[in-house]
Amino acid sequence: MSESLSPARAAWLAGQRRASRRVWFLRAVLLVAFFAGWELAARTGLMDPFIFSCPSRMWETFIGLLSSGDLFLHIGVSVGETVIGFLCGTLLGTAIATLLWWSDLLSRVLDPYLVVLNALPKTALGPIFIVWMGAGGGAIIAMTLAISLIVTVLDMYAGFRETDRDRIRLLRTLGASRRQVFTHLVLPSSFPTLASVLRVNVGLSWVGVIMGEFLVSRHGLGYLIVYGSQVFRMDLVMTTVLILAAAAALMYQGVLGLEKALKKYMGVTV
Amino acid sequence: MVELSDIYLTYQAPDGEVPALAGITFDVAEGEFISIVGPSGCGKSTLLNAIAGLETPDSGSLLVDGHPLRGPDPAVGYMPQKDGLLPWRTIFSNLCLGLEIAGKNTPARQAEVRELLARYGLSEFAGKTPSQLSGGMRQRCALIRTLASGPKLLLLDEAFSALDYQTRLAVSEDIHNIIRREGKTAILVTHDISEAVSLSDRILLLTRRPARIKHIYSLDALRGIPPLARRDHPAFREFFNAIWKELDLHV
Repeated sequence: MSESLSPARAAWLAGQRRASRRVWFLRAVLLVAFFAGWELAARTGLMDPFIFSCPSRMWETFIGLLSSGDLFLHIGVSVGETVIGFLCGTLLGTAIATLLWWSDLLSRVLDPYLVVLNALPKTALGPIFIVWMGAGGGAIIAMTLAISLIVTVLDMYAGFRETDRDRIRLLRTLGASRRQVFTHLVLPSSFPTLASVLRVNVGLSWVGVIMGEFLVSRHGLGYLIVYGSQVFRMDLVMTTVLILAAAAALMYQGVLGLEKALKKYMGVTV
Repeated sequence: MVELSDIYLTYQAPDGEVPALAGITFDVAEGEFISIVGPSGCGKSTLLNAIAGLETPDSGSLLVDGHPLRGPDPAVGYMPQKDGLLPWRTIFSNLCLGLEIAGKNTPARQAEVRELLARYGLSEFAGKTPSQLSGGMRQRCALIRTLASGPKLLLLDEAFSALDYQTRLAVSEDIHNIIRREGKTAILVTHDISEAVSLSDRILLLTRRPARIKHIYSLDALRGIPPLARRDHPAFREFFNAIWKELDLHV
């Protein structure tokens, strides 16, 4: 194919590559300019580095955290809680949505409760979890679950219900049981919903974990942020926020990978 | 093959009862091709769904192959308007769907499916996904999927209506030939009178809702003539006009 490129095609492809290079270049410029401007403003006294911190001091803080070995403990704790919360929220939520799809009675009975629970700001439950489960990982994961579970249930259930009725009818004429309709049709055809639920849940899990760590913990990135602000070490706060952004972005990429793997596993080709 | 006598079916809806079928009686002989036509919304599809075992009549008796029908039956194959092929499966695995559901997805049965594909020139599509096929090809594959489960009776619910005109002629001719060659009995629901006249041995004309049988046409003058050739036959116009007139009175 590459040998028989017409001149117009080659020119078009070169143009596409140029445009893509320009986008990457401008992104890099934006990043460098942001940090350089920040540093400059701090050095010229335009911004007080005690309140706003600055990139050079954040770098020192980062090296300090790295050399004391605490950094990976904090990252590990937060990432672990997020992954557990994410998996539990997604699996449990999908399981409950399956039950609702299965039983019309159950879904009709539970409908108003789900609506109320969905409307409730879940962070209000934080203190309750601490009392029930103590100040530790359990309460944090409960927090994460509270935030992601109801959304997962509602989204997945809505996805299940959107299954094409003609196809359900077709499977029934082929003799499919309710269980077979679910496994052969409803679940695979809800894959786009599952994919969007995964992406939303990874973000919600981070919210739950950081929220929980603000309230109770002795470790984790949320703890570092709260601790830093209490002792007025803005360098620590800012550094941790940047690390958090990187960790969350990496995990999002991981979820995209998981999505691809699931797609392959389920044999979804479209 | 199919014996319906005095079938009544009424839908219960929140704002009242909707009578759909009011005393339908007819027989379909083995190997016969029957079309059901009638005004839109008259209950044609309800009747077909009842024979598919998807709807249970309130009264009357419905025998398929000599047995009373209780729910979906392996002797009855159903082909919807949309091909219903699952986009995440290859064509071949779509065709084996019925076997898989019945727990009969054995190498022997798979070989039969491959043979069906080969017989009707569709082998090259086995490993493709439905989105890679044209609408006409997908509809042919949908028929093979229906045949794969080994039904004696085929129910075609507006099976060609989603296709464009030229494809519809070609596919209906093809599917008609396949059904004849495999020796199946078929009942087609359609709103297209010319399609009914070109394909059928007999045509059932239904009244407006609730559906009764208004007239049964025996197309003896056209028997043995293939669908496309029928369209040029003088008797084709006569049947078309007769049915059109009867339908018109009721619309």
